[in-house]
Amino acid sequence: MFYREAGDFKTSYREDSQTFPIKFDRYRYYAVLLVALAVVPFFIDSYWANALLVPFLIYAIAAIGLNILTGYCGQVSLGTGGFMAVGAYACYKLMTAFPDVNILLHIIAAGGITAAVGVLFGLPSLRIKGFYLAVATLAAQFFLIWLFNKVPWFYNYSASGQISAPERTVFGIAVTGPHTEAWAKYLVCLLFVAVLAWVARNLTRGSIGRSWMAIRDMDIAAEIIGVNPLKAKLTAFAVSSFYIGIAGALFFAVYLGAVEVGEAFGIQKSFLILFMIIIGGLGSIFGSFAGAAFLVLLPVLLKNVLVGTLGWPTDLAAHIELMIVGALIIVFLIAEPHGLAQLWRIAKEKLRLWPFPH
Amino acid sequence: MPDQFLFAVEVMINGLMAGVLYALVALGFVLIFKASGIFNYAQGVLALFAALTLVGLQNGQIPFAHLINAAFGTKVHYFGWTMPTFLAIALTIVVMVLLAIAIERFILKHLVNQEPIILFMATIGLAYFLEGLGDVMWGADVKTLDVGLPQGASEWIEDRSAVLGGDGFYGFFIDKLDIVAALVAAVLVISLTLFSQYSKQGRALRAVADDHQAALSVGISLRFIWVLVWSIAGIVALVAGIMWGAKSGVQFSLSLIALKALPVLMLGGFTSIPGAIVGGLIIGVGEKLFEFTIGQMIGGATENWFAYVLALVFLVFRPQGLFGEKIIERV
Repeated sequence: MFYREAGDFKTSYREDSQTFPIKFDRYRYYAVLLVALAVVPFFIDSYWANALLVPFLIYAIAAIGLNILTGYCGQVSLGTGGFMAVGAYACYKLMTAFPDVNILLHIIAAGGITAAVGVLFGLPSLRIKGFYLAVATLAAQFFLIWLFNKVPWFYNYSASGQISAPERTVFGIAVTGPHTEAWAKYLVCLLFVAVLAWVARNLTRGSIGRSWMAIRDMDIAAEIIGVNPLKAKLTAFAVSSFYIGIAGALFFAVYLGAVEVGEAFGIQKSFLILFMIIIGGLGSIFGSFAGAAFLVLLPVLLKNVLVGTLGWPTDLAAHIELMIVGALIIVFLIAEPHGLAQLWRIAKEKLRLWPFPH
Repeated sequence: MPDQFLFAVEVMINGLMAGVLYALVALGFVLIFKASGIFNYAQGVLALFAALTLVGLQNGQIPFAHLINAAFGTKVHYFGWTMPTFLAIALTIVVMVLLAIAIERFILKHLVNQEPIILFMATIGLAYFLEGLGDVMWGADVKTLDVGLPQGASEWIEDRSAVLGGDGFYGFFIDKLDIVAALVAAVLVISLTLFSQYSKQGRALRAVADDHQAALSVGISLRFIWVLVWSIAGIVALVAGIMWGAKSGVQFSLSLIALKALPVLMLGGFTSIPGAIVGGLIIGVGEKLFEFTIGQMIGGATENWFAYVLALVFLVFRPQGLFGEKIIERV
């Protein structure tokens, strides 16, 4: 009753091929956008922004990026942390080299640079597959982190080896640096998330997304029916790295402000984002959001319950969190391999008939 | 002989010894991959878990002491006894077998016929779980592991080899522990090969590796074989854990050597036990020599990535590894 595909008639091709062809989805999308744009910025304080909303939005971008590569194109990557580092360092170098150019352009350019690096490391995917490729992407992860640690040019020869974002403004409002308001951080991230998610959704349902999915489902068969694997795989790597690079740039410039590369973009980050898309749902844009929200919320929740309420030591809470995350991954893979997104699909099925099931 | 050359030889020998340790971890991977087609990311954490359990049992630590203390406000840490090493090792083996049974019962059974990549991700989840479990059970501090293995430089080799070089050369510096590790690895490989060639269970294991369904149809229990192979992998992990733990202490970084075992496998091929050994040696020697010759010029610490890049370059030319079976794909 509440979720109806039927009775929603389209009279033009334009209407038929819009991003959300079903009314319920469209209104839900508008409602979410409205709340995110017009309500949240007025109530946000720095705890909510720094602990939950900003990391959620940034991880959502990274998760969408990895989902394009792993969920849609079937190429498992463990190099996400390394590519985020490329985005962060590219953004840093651009920010310090061209201080007069708008920061938003820098972030987009950082995504472009990451895309180029991603294509470079994606080249072996034409020869190797499956977990061989997963291990090959580890080469990217470790090599890039080492590179940013060891070559002083990347961190402008600073004594600490860290990079820290100088203050930059958009329309006179600081969006990076120590004086940034919580709502400004939030809005910048929201802007990127909204645009990138919309682009991703349209890419994945268009011809290029279909070629990715054909490669994922069976690459040899796809090649035989005329999908060019070179083009499909490399565009997947490029688009995915573009997203991950933007996430890395935002993570560094807007969210943290200063990063130490091994700590912020280590192998743990690669796994975190991989877990997000497994829990959220492989091959689903909504799933990327759900997974990111879940894994951003879980540690905060556990910390509040275990440390705040029960008064347990923080290190114990961290270890229990590891156990819970690991167990959840296994449970999801066994019980619902398509993740939270599939639960949402099932919920919609139920909503269609509720309250009058057969 | 010129000293520079002798130093290079010393670096190479030490690389060989490090390679043996990589190969020990890689062995566990190969065993599981052959028998069940599962790429077991958790192998390194298994080694960590086994070493933690061994140390905990030896020192008479109370399992979950940290958790119990936090939950009930008590202050318990130790039982107050130390266990003889052999008993502790035997008990750790029992724990690893129980763990293998639990893994089969709670994870693998439910994931039969899933795609390999799903199973791979499940083992990543398992790795996280075990890491957390190990820390909660035995505490996260760095522990020293002492099972009575000889340690320190071998003076005998040092004295004998000192005559090779000039005044600036004091002989090869080789840790006794590394020699023991090499011997243990050799014994392990020989006994595993004998086991899989001549024992009934070993043959069943190879049959499962060849073809799951054919093995099932002649009456081999897949579930038993899986428990068996995970137990063996657990024991191999224990051996690797003892060696690494004695060398550098039992700590979280132990699980990172699992990652190093991955390029080893890619070089050697996922299905070959000799491949794991040869791959380990190549990686060990390669990364030490690279650090020695080129690494110092470009900032050092190249060991972090050399193995992966070597494997990556190698794979582009020979995707199945040195000893792997040729990959044939059908639509």
